[in-house]
Amino acid sequence: MRIFDPHIHMTSRTTDDYERMAAAGVRAVVEPAFWLGQPRTSAASFTDYFDSLIGWEPFRAGQFGVRHHATVALNPKEANDPRCRPVLDLLPRYLDKDAVVAVGEIGYDSMTPEEDEAFAAQLALAVAYDLPALVHTPHRDKARGVERTLAVVTESGIDPGRVVVDHLNEVTVKLVRDTGCWLGFSIYPDTKMTPSRMVELLREYGTERMLVNSAADWGRSDPLLTRATGEAMLLAGFSDDDVDQVLWRNPVEFYGQSGRLDLTDLDVAAVDPQTGNSILRGGS
Amino acid sequence: MTPDSLRAALRGVPDPDWLDTALRRVAAEPTAITRLFPAAGRRCGRAALPDAPGWTADDAARVLLLTALPADHAEHAEALYQHGDAAERRAVLRALPLLPIGAAGVPLLHDAIRTNDTRLVAAALGPYARHLDAAAWRQAVLKCVFTGVPLAVVADLDARADGELAAMLAALAAERHAAGREMPADATDLLDRLTAHSGGTGTVDRPTPTEA
Repeated sequence: MRIFDPHIHMTSRTTDDYERMAAAGVRAVVEPAFWLGQPRTSAASFTDYFDSLIGWEPFRAGQFGVRHHATVALNPKEANDPRCRPVLDLLPRYLDKDAVVAVGEIGYDSMTPEEDEAFAAQLALAVAYDLPALVHTPHRDKARGVERTLAVVTESGIDPGRVVVDHLNEVTVKLVRDTGCWLGFSIYPDTKMTPSRMVELLREYGTERMLVNSAADWGRSDPLLTRATGEAMLLAGFSDDDVDQVLWRNPVEFYGQSGRLDLTDLDVAAVDPQTGNSILRGGS
Repeated sequence: MTPDSLRAALRGVPDPDWLDTALRRVAAEPTAITRLFPAAGRRCGRAALPDAPGWTADDAARVLLLTALPADHAEHAEALYQHGDAAERRAVLRALPLLPIGAAGVPLLHDAIRTNDTRLVAAALGPYARHLDAAAWRQAVLKCVFTGVPLAVVADLDARADGELAAMLAALAAERHAAGREMPADATDLLDRLTAHSGGTGTVDRPTPTEA
């Protein structure tokens, strides 16, 4: 099983996690810029964080055979702090970098006017830099947050096929399914989504435009829940090819829209749906 | 390696016109390098160049962009390094010996050697490392041994290695042996050459407290 985790905060994880992920089949990850638990007090603090996302963290991942890309943005929570707003001016230089495959995480936390402004400005950056966008949806007042998110996405003019609306669940999936946006699901030990609940959603809504991630970070989370979801899919009767679509080909297609996804020289074994044999097929 | 030989080695890249245009643009409009420099890997690829051993297309293209600047090379190199990802930083480090900047790029070497990114440590120990003082250079060589960077990347290794470096290597070897761990073969070979050259182990047994 080859796995691409399209949303995981490796900065917060140990090398033990990288070893376990590699052993479980995780070959590629995207690390979205987000907040760090402790609020930051200046734009300079973000510079060091972003530099790490395109410097040290890919190097660390590479030591375990894992390819690391990033998304960069001012996250919605810290968009409310005037000391962090100058981060918006830093973004253009990062959006030119090879390893940056989307603008994100953007979207809403508390749905304030400041968040409105940062969200719209960063969707405009995604359009200007020809990058996809990774949109976080709020934990509180989630359904209304998703509705408002979709209105802002529509207003921005970005192609919905270049947007993933993340952290969806049984309630909010219905709002996004027919918009043309990609659907992101974060599998957590016992909150956002679980592997068995995810399998039910895949049964109901199919495997197209579905992205499954662990969103593992500094909170209670588990970087192997992508693998657990793949195994739950197989137990429920999905084919190896279905699992490969959800856990590998879908994220490759979504982030591949950046033109920057580099999966060359990765040791990626896949099962040929025709022969059942294990084959090597790189980033396809 | 000269800019001309890098240019020749880059003739076979996927999009040679992009590079030609970029080089002309940087010569006429230096600030254009800010966006052309990060794009070089995407436009020229990252493959090894058959005609320039040890060079990849992205490194070579970025080095050429820096050499194409009409003036203020040190300032541009510093800004591109500070704002660069790891591959861009590596290219700046490799460009330093080809730029008319004297020793102005030394702070960038110090920054690279402080990292634990072996790509940057290795790039910092090329020909431009002649501007490093002896203490910093020895520490950097020892860091290569520590982090598994092959000593073949170190320019002028045998000419510059001295008794003090031999003492540091011998102390590391003693620690490794006490722990039942191996020294990299190239470090053992270097130590052998140094001790053979000094005619004995006199200097090797006494690492100085300030540098060990």
